Amino acid sequence: MAYFILKRLVQSVFVMIAVAFLAFSLFRFVGDPVSQMTGVETTVEDQDRLREGLGLNDPFVVQFIRFSSDLLRGDFGFSYRTRQPVAEMITNRIPATLELGVVALLISLIVGIPAGVYTALRPRGIATQLILMTTLVGVSIPTFVIGIMLIFLFGVQLGLLPTFGRGGTVHIGSWESSLFTFDGWKSLILPAVTLGVYQLTLTMRLVRAQMMDVMRSDYIRFAMARGVPLHSLYFRHALANTMVPVITIIGLQFGGVIAFSIVTESVFQWPGMGLLFLESIRFVDIPVMGVYLVVIAFFFVLVNLIVDLLYFAIDPRLRVKEDV
Amino acid sequence: MLAFIKRREPFWLFVHSPSAMIAAFLTALIILGALFAPLIAPSNPYDLSSFSLMDGLLPPVWQDGGRSAFLLGTDDQGRDMISSILYGARLSLVIGLTAMVIATVLGVGLGLAAGYFGGRFDAVIMRIADVQLALPAILTALLIDGIARGILPTEIQQNMRVTVLTLAIALSLWVNFARTARASTFVEKNKEYVEAAIIMGQHPLRIMLIQILPNIVGPLLVIMTVDLASAILLEATLSFLGIGLPADSPSLGTLIRIGMQFLLSGEWWILWIPTVFLIVLVVAINVLGDFLRDIFNPGLR
Repeated sequence: MAYFILKRLVQSVFVMIAVAFLAFSLFRFVGDPVSQMTGVETTVEDQDRLREGLGLNDPFVVQFIRFSSDLLRGDFGFSYRTRQPVAEMITNRIPATLELGVVALLISLIVGIPAGVYTALRPRGIATQLILMTTLVGVSIPTFVIGIMLIFLFGVQLGLLPTFGRGGTVHIGSWESSLFTFDGWKSLILPAVTLGVYQLTLTMRLVRAQMMDVMRSDYIRFAMARGVPLHSLYFRHALANTMVPVITIIGLQFGGVIAFSIVTESVFQWPGMGLLFLESIRFVDIPVMGVYLVVIAFFFVLVNLIVDLLYFAIDPRLRVKEDV
Repeated sequence: MLAFIKRREPFWLFVHSPSAMIAAFLTALIILGALFAPLIAPSNPYDLSSFSLMDGLLPPVWQDGGRSAFLLGTDDQGRDMISSILYGARLSLVIGLTAMVIATVLGVGLGLAAGYFGGRFDAVIMRIADVQLALPAILTALLIDGIARGILPTEIQQNMRVTVLTLAIALSLWVNFARTARASTFVEKNKEYVEAAIIMGQHPLRIMLIQILPNIVGPLLVIMTVDLASAILLEATLSFLGIGLPADSPSLGTLIRIGMQFLLSGEWWILWIPTVFLIVLVVAINVLGDFLRDIFNPGLR
């Protein structure tokens, strides 16, 4: 097990180096950093001096190592657009996106898993057909349209929920949270549902497929023959065995949640990282784009590591295997 | 009637699947409408002289104040909604189809080669595919678009929007094709007909394109359909985010973004008609994709 974890750690480090390299290339080759930092009235000599001072004339490898060590020390450089430190801009936005993403993921699991189990156990039921049809339409409707529909229904027609921003937030240290006020939750519901719907359909389809597979297996038939109570059969014997692939997908879905949070944040003007990234693309703010990538990749790698560790907790067979 | 069709053949299944027929009909209708937009559309939404502000914000014809000249109403500039949508769908379909074709050629080419040659080439291609698969398509497309904005000078950018957008979408969708083509090629290349071709001394390129490719077309066709829907959605999303096409040459996504401004003011048709149109198009293509999947992969269901 230790070997496996070590291997994964090394892989993760390589992924991070690759992403850092991508971010570095962005910074170095897309547009000229010096012309971004100076105005029209700067003389060519001054520009050259700045170039030399920033170390932009050093060998490529040296520059990359310097860039990476700056990243490791949390020095993310300055935004071309606002001239603020990028580290500050991003960290201010992280809580909003994480809270949105986690709540969306929870919605997709809390609704998706039971729905998947139900549709697998009653494949011919009317409710099943209805749910399946809804998910097909759900997959075809783009996230932003779902957002608009929710805004229209709950924000405009019924006037129940706010349609933009985070509502009341509370500071816990440097973490700005909207999870502790009623107002904050009201603002969170629509974006989180929007973001969760697509993931929900994926979760449901996956759980359903896995459940149907497991229900056909010999040990379930045997458990049935033994007269194991149905609820115990469904949940202890069958569902437990679908969990490994489901957890894998949750790990993968995290990427989807982050990506679509760009769209959701744009629809609801949710002040998270996605909105920042979108602005930085519009203004070709390369440092922010690069750091966004690095931060997202870091979360990604972290979640996948956690998922790998969860396998050991869930699947006893994996713990035994290394002794063989 | 239709007795000449063999039972259980793809076409028989098609004629016996109402949802697939309806979906195909709607898709064909929209494609034809988009194709002949310059002939059918009552006015040209790109031509500023063909509409006037005086006709702005007219509701559809069945609502009070609607005029028969503008069946689905007009937007705030006085543009006829039908014309905007037909031209918008035209742009969306052109970008979606081109992106899908580029992604297919690129992905299938790399996948075939990776599967056929194996070894280090395969390893490199599949590593790249893995990394990109971890990044959702929309993020990749946004990134490519951002890079293009940084590299291209501003004057060229405006004229290159469609090209950049198409390439960004294509480059974020090729992975599916590469993986499928590679997996199928792995299976095919050990079959006797490929061995025979190798012994006959045929060129690897010929073996890949003439021997193997026709045998792996089935699953690729499914992905092409599904990815066409993805490409259209991706374009709509990017345009909605304001990253895609500008407002003077609107695609369906841009139309929806413009319509968002009227969400609160009661001019529902400016937002909802393009939205419904987009959803119908994508659902129809997805239903077709599902149908094709059932034909080529009966085991999946």
